[in-house]
Amino acid sequence: MRSASDLWKINLGYNKFYIIIKGVVTLADNYQEAKAAYKKALEKVVQKNPERFEQFTTVGGLPLNVLYSQDDIEVINYLNDINFPGSYPFTRGVQANMYRGRFWTMRQYAGFATAEESNARYRYLLERGTTGLSVAFDLPTQIGYDTDHPMAQGECGKVGVAIDSLADMEILFDKIPLDKVSTSMTINAPAGVLLAMYVCVGEKQGVKPEQLSGTIQNDILKEYIARGTYIFPPKASMRLVTDIFDFCGKNVPKWNTISISGYHIREAGSTAVQEVAFTLADGIAYVEAAKITGQDPNVFGERLSFFFNAHNDLLEEVAKYRAARRLWAKIMKERFGVTNPKAQMLRFHTQTAGCTLTAQQPENNVIRVTLQALASVLGGTQSLHTNSMDEALALPTEKSVEIALRTQQVIAYESGVTNTVDPFAGSYVVESLTNEIEQGAADYINKIDDMGGMLKAIDAGYPQKEIQDSAYNYQRAIETDQAIVVGVNKFQTKESSAGRKLLRVDSSVGERQIKKLHEMKSSRDNVAVKEYLEDIRKAARNESENLMPMILNAVRVYATEGEICGVLREEFGEYVENIVL
Amino acid sequence: MPDKIRVVIAKPGLDGHDRGAKVIARALRDAGMEVIYTGLRQTPEQIVATAIQEDADAVGISILSGAHHFYFEKVIGLLKEKGAEDIIVFGGGVIPEEDVPDLINMGAGAVFGPGTPTGTTIEWLKEAVETNK
Repeated sequence: MRSASDLWKINLGYNKFYIIIKGVVTLADNYQEAKAAYKKALEKVVQKNPERFEQFTTVGGLPLNVLYSQDDIEVINYLNDINFPGSYPFTRGVQANMYRGRFWTMRQYAGFATAEESNARYRYLLERGTTGLSVAFDLPTQIGYDTDHPMAQGECGKVGVAIDSLADMEILFDKIPLDKVSTSMTINAPAGVLLAMYVCVGEKQGVKPEQLSGTIQNDILKEYIARGTYIFPPKASMRLVTDIFDFCGKNVPKWNTISISGYHIREAGSTAVQEVAFTLADGIAYVEAAKITGQDPNVFGERLSFFFNAHNDLLEEVAKYRAARRLWAKIMKERFGVTNPKAQMLRFHTQTAGCTLTAQQPENNVIRVTLQALASVLGGTQSLHTNSMDEALALPTEKSVEIALRTQQVIAYESGVTNTVDPFAGSYVVESLTNEIEQGAADYINKIDDMGGMLKAIDAGYPQKEIQDSAYNYQRAIETDQAIVVGVNKFQTKESSAGRKLLRVDSSVGERQIKKLHEMKSSRDNVAVKEYLEDIRKAARNESENLMPMILNAVRVYATEGEICGVLREEFGEYVENIVL
Repeated sequence: MPDKIRVVIAKPGLDGHDRGAKVIARALRDAGMEVIYTGLRQTPEQIVATAIQEDADAVGISILSGAHHFYFEKVIGLLKEKGAEDIIVFGGGVIPEEDVPDLINMGAGAVFGPGTPTGTTIEWLKEAVETNK
């Protein structure tokens, strides 16, 4: 059989490189000579027409050369560093045929007001072809307060749905069969409580825990670093996390027990390298914590999942996902001795970058989201949320959510990029960036190891400070026109965003929710609630006991989230932010 | 040398998005102001107490959770109650443009939406503090 280079020879008669300078074709005898000729030609071009920047960089600040070619990827050994998809180190993806079998899960993050409104939104999304649910909870729910708590004032239903007890959760999933749909829940400090509620809703629908599939975010470390919805101090929080690993391993085996998240780290302003580095360093901390409790990383490692951002720089983002997969596989294999390939694989969800959305000319956000979503697909994501164009202004309307979902469907069904695996592999620039991001992240991880691990690093404010510096530098870049944001610092128009149709959650939602909560409390078995809450207290005091069964008992008799977290607050205390500026 | 402008940058309520608050705090500091950043989860009472204690010229409220009406009203109301209505209140975050007039009517000096250059906020604040004297 002829190879491609044979055809080339046949067509041209000889194997030589062509260099075109001012329309004159010259021949070079070998690669080095051709490269030297190119450099000379390039110099002339640049002298005549200066380039737009002295130093080009990726959005994440990595220097970018004018050209990448074969000597930039000479260091790569295909089988060791890239290999075939579905094989270690999974650079090319976690499945052999990726999207030729099944597309990624189209999972739109949604939730607002009360369970009734959010249930309607989920059913709207399911009718339109969304393939997985993703629940956004309001801030009181995320921080373990019932709606009637003084700290919850003004916040009910604003950034997600208000859930106080199992009663709300039953409404949230009304007429949504939990054995047919997978559900992701963005819940961290009180993750165990919401997971328990989900298991109970399943019970009521006749769906067994082992049939449930989905994810809880359960990633407390990035809450301290970047997202802010922590409750308890690190030690108790890590226990809650690893209790969930263990409980799910035994009872809810198809559940992703954690979604180790770089998304919010990037949103807080980090670079792509920092996003990978801090996320995987968090991952290392969880694996270590679970190992200390006697769990086997070959087992719980299968259920670890990840969550990354999709920012604007298409090439850098594609490289980022590939680098993250490779580095995590190496960490699991080499650092933790994991031999089970499924526990070496980095599976991830992606959300397009909220921080890139502009309030100015919001329609432009549709294009940004398209490019970002495309990057995540080219990078091999397992599931994807596409942001809606109006999210720099408020929660999205149904119309804008539909466009966001359609964006994914167009990429999946029309763009063609899903028909072959990892299409950017072998690209000189993408492979080079993949190497660079992996190396940069590994350097950070080494530094964090030297500090004594991620918990110590957080305590010292290290990742927080690194992220803030990057955020500030990015803002400076925009203000000095080093970075252009269309419609913000170039191509501005005077158009106002006022008068657009926006989704509103008014204060009557809070009043309604409080009324429901009080009615529920007066009709439940309050003796049982008190008893089970005391069981939680006792279990909290005994580190070797798993808290999950006690939480499940309490949830089942309609103990509220605030009551359960209240007991845990009394036992564990509360985290006090280490302010870094 | 005129006295340095003193600003409290505050994160009210449960909202954890502090990127904007920290960037603006740093920009104001780099512009020569004395900046006190409260950190997350501040009640309106805590914010007002800090502003008075720190003898602040202004309080900047950063909020992205949609609860801006509630918190602006509370902070401005409490400042009045404590006889500290001379402290300028301004803010920013994910706040729809059409909500801004309401916040201004409550007594906010200015509200800066997403994409505002830090220079705009700095210039406005300098002028507002100057006229307030």
